[in-house]
Amino acid sequence: MRREVPLAITFITGFLLIIGFFIPHDPIGGLQSMFLQWYAIIAGFTMVLGLMTLTRIHTRRIVKRTQGFGYSVILIGAMLGTLVVGFYSGIKYKGLFELGTPFMWYYNNILVPLSATMFSLLAFFIASAAYRAFRARTIEATLLLIAGVLVMIGRVPVGNLIWNKLPIIAEWIMNIPQLAAKRGILIGVALGMIATSLRIILGIERTYLK
Amino acid sequence: MLKKIANIDRRIIFIVIVLCIIIPFLTKTVLEIRVSAPVKSAYKALEKLESGSCVLFSVDYDPASQPELQPMLIAVLRHAFKKNLKVIMMCHWPLGFPLGQDALMVTAKEYDKKYGQDYVNLGYRPGMSAIMLGIGREIRDFFASDYAGTPVDSLDIMKGVHNYGDITLLIGFEAGATGDYWVRLAGAQFGQKITLGCTAVCAPDCYPYLQAKQIEGLIGGLKGAAEYEKLVECPGAGIIGMTAQSAGHIAIIIFIILGNLSYFILKKREKE
Repeated sequence: MRREVPLAITFITGFLLIIGFFIPHDPIGGLQSMFLQWYAIIAGFTMVLGLMTLTRIHTRRIVKRTQGFGYSVILIGAMLGTLVVGFYSGIKYKGLFELGTPFMWYYNNILVPLSATMFSLLAFFIASAAYRAFRARTIEATLLLIAGVLVMIGRVPVGNLIWNKLPIIAEWIMNIPQLAAKRGILIGVALGMIATSLRIILGIERTYLK
Repeated sequence: MLKKIANIDRRIIFIVIVLCIIIPFLTKTVLEIRVSAPVKSAYKALEKLESGSCVLFSVDYDPASQPELQPMLIAVLRHAFKKNLKVIMMCHWPLGFPLGQDALMVTAKEYDKKYGQDYVNLGYRPGMSAIMLGIGREIRDFFASDYAGTPVDSLDIMKGVHNYGDITLLIGFEAGATGDYWVRLAGAQFGQKITLGCTAVCAPDCYPYLQAKQIEGLIGGLKGAAEYEKLVECPGAGIIGMTAQSAGHIAIIIFIILGNLSYFILKKREKE
């Protein structure tokens, strides 16, 4: 029963949602809508589940004093700090997200700079990696390098200043060769998704039960 | 000398990149922006809407993508308010909500727009694909109230807005694959007209949709934001940022050329 019931639920909901795509009218449309609302509620609870798992794993690390447990202390502290500030702002102010609330201060002055810093580090790594690894060793690598350089220069205003045909060349690379490759990948991915979905709905693929 | 060029210390590369990005911001140098066809199409899709039409803005990014997407969101919001369109905002990324709210408050104040009448922020709800499909039937199934808990039925802007049939255009600001889902679920299933604004790294993924006319237009990266700012004649962070991006790209290209030149000369010498 532990295997059959989840398999039956997967089959019925999966099949119903596929039928709902072609027949959106009631009763199938109504059932589909109800299932979608359930999905949204379950998705909300996954956040609570995530929060609990994260707390459990990192609390265990702190208790056992495993290597790097200091990071776990920071994580738990930041998580609790966010919760406290969030509840305080929600209770004391009209809304959590109004300008001037402690939560928005926390968001704008801690989360935004931290995220921006993490992401902007990419610029430095890309520059360093491009210098060290972007070599025209083979014909394929040379083609990639030329295309990359043309797109990089053609998609910024200075490219237009250097030669007004550069943006057109960059746009052509994006619209023709890039698109051809991307479309091939997308079709392959879509076919793979359809095959995997069918395997799950029909109960052939059961790894999610483990 | 050649060996030194072949082995430039990465700290020097980092310093050059820092200078290339900071100097244009300090000097506020502005370069001429050329508007590309995908951004022009995105602009036209909004421009041709009649006053009072409903536009759904989906803010699907977080602070990591803020430098690229926030100027874009602000420019498109300015355009929408300038055209007296009704703006409904929602988000699929919880951390994107304050960014959307901030952009709404700034632009709504500029155009003297009233909350609940001219614009509304529905906030975040979990269950991305379910929400996208669900809006096709009834938006209230998922957004019975706005972000502050006000019932949507008490807001003038939401009267008569039930599903995609009542939304003239959907504009998604995407840092991930959410745009793909909008096209597949809202576009393909319900025929919703969509425009996408996305980070530069996501833009190539959206070109197939643009060519197949599954989306009305595409605003890609900071470059797209700068182009849109030029079209709405409201210069902002996008246009200023493009000079820094130009300098950064030039620096990277110079490093690539130096790396390759030194590599081939040293290789030739080794052979000799």
